Amino acid sequence: MVQCPDNALNLSFVALADATRRGIIDQLGRADASISALAHRFHMTLTGMGKHIQVLERAGLVVTRKVGRVRTCTLGRRGLAEEATWIEAHRRIFEARFDALDVVIDELKKEEGDGSAG
Amino acid sequence: MDQQDSARGTGDATTVQRKGDRELVVTRTFDAPPGTVYRAWAEADLFKRWWMPRSISGATLVACDIDMQTGGKYRLEFGTGSPETMAFYGRYLEVIPNERIVWTNDEGDEGAVTTVTFEERDGRTLLTFHEVYPTKEALEEALQGSAAALPEQMEQLDQLLSPADA
Repeated sequence: MVQCPDNALNLSFVALADATRRGIIDQLGRADASISALAHRFHMTLTGMGKHIQVLERAGLVVTRKVGRVRTCTLGRRGLAEEATWIEAHRRIFEARFDALDVVIDELKKEEGDGSAG
Repeated sequence: MDQQDSARGTGDATTVQRKGDRELVVTRTFDAPPGTVYRAWAEADLFKRWWMPRSISGATLVACDIDMQTGGKYRLEFGTGSPETMAFYGRYLEVIPNERIVWTNDEGDEGAVTTVTFEERDGRTLLTFHEVYPTKEALEEALQGSAAALPEQMEQLDQLLSPADA
């Protein structure tokens, strides 16, 4: 059985339970951004955004580094894994669906084939 | 018969992509002309045989009403093992037989509009399933929901998340 490996997984779920933080992950999936740019994008104070980033950073979803006076945020490895998992979940559903659809279509083809050939 | 394997070998993979903030696009090629593939979507008796395969959901489709015409309604009800059923319903905004179906998903406040197109490719059919959500958050919710719906996926999430700590 798979167990919760450590606190980090719980932290990830807490971090992603918030819509703004999911938005930040989404945004960073497109491009790195400074905390002030993110604050501006999400109509938030620097302090407010700083707190969200801290939560994401503790969960390993975001990595920050300071260059000069600017702190830049990058998607952490965990963030990329989340995104990949979401897409993979959807792909699984549709693959199962479409495999079942193949069976139905095969039957229809036989039925229609018999009809037009006869 | 032997056809199934060769069909698989010709690159009929299901692709899933996020497009922009609010869109999800799924494509797959089927080894039949559009008219045949369309029937499997438009006729309730056929549709209910494949839309929610047991293998993936553990749920059974207990009711499936499809009024496949522009302005028509649909309603799908799933049994989940408990007394309550889970219902999905909406309206067809546009139906062009053998070409295109557009429907709403009205069970939530922020349901997507789904478009399915059937395009002929050398006697086969390229199917595109396209969902547009009203907001970015709604898409995120849907993505999360589908991940949470699959216990297997959560295990995989565990595995994806754990190497950093191993």
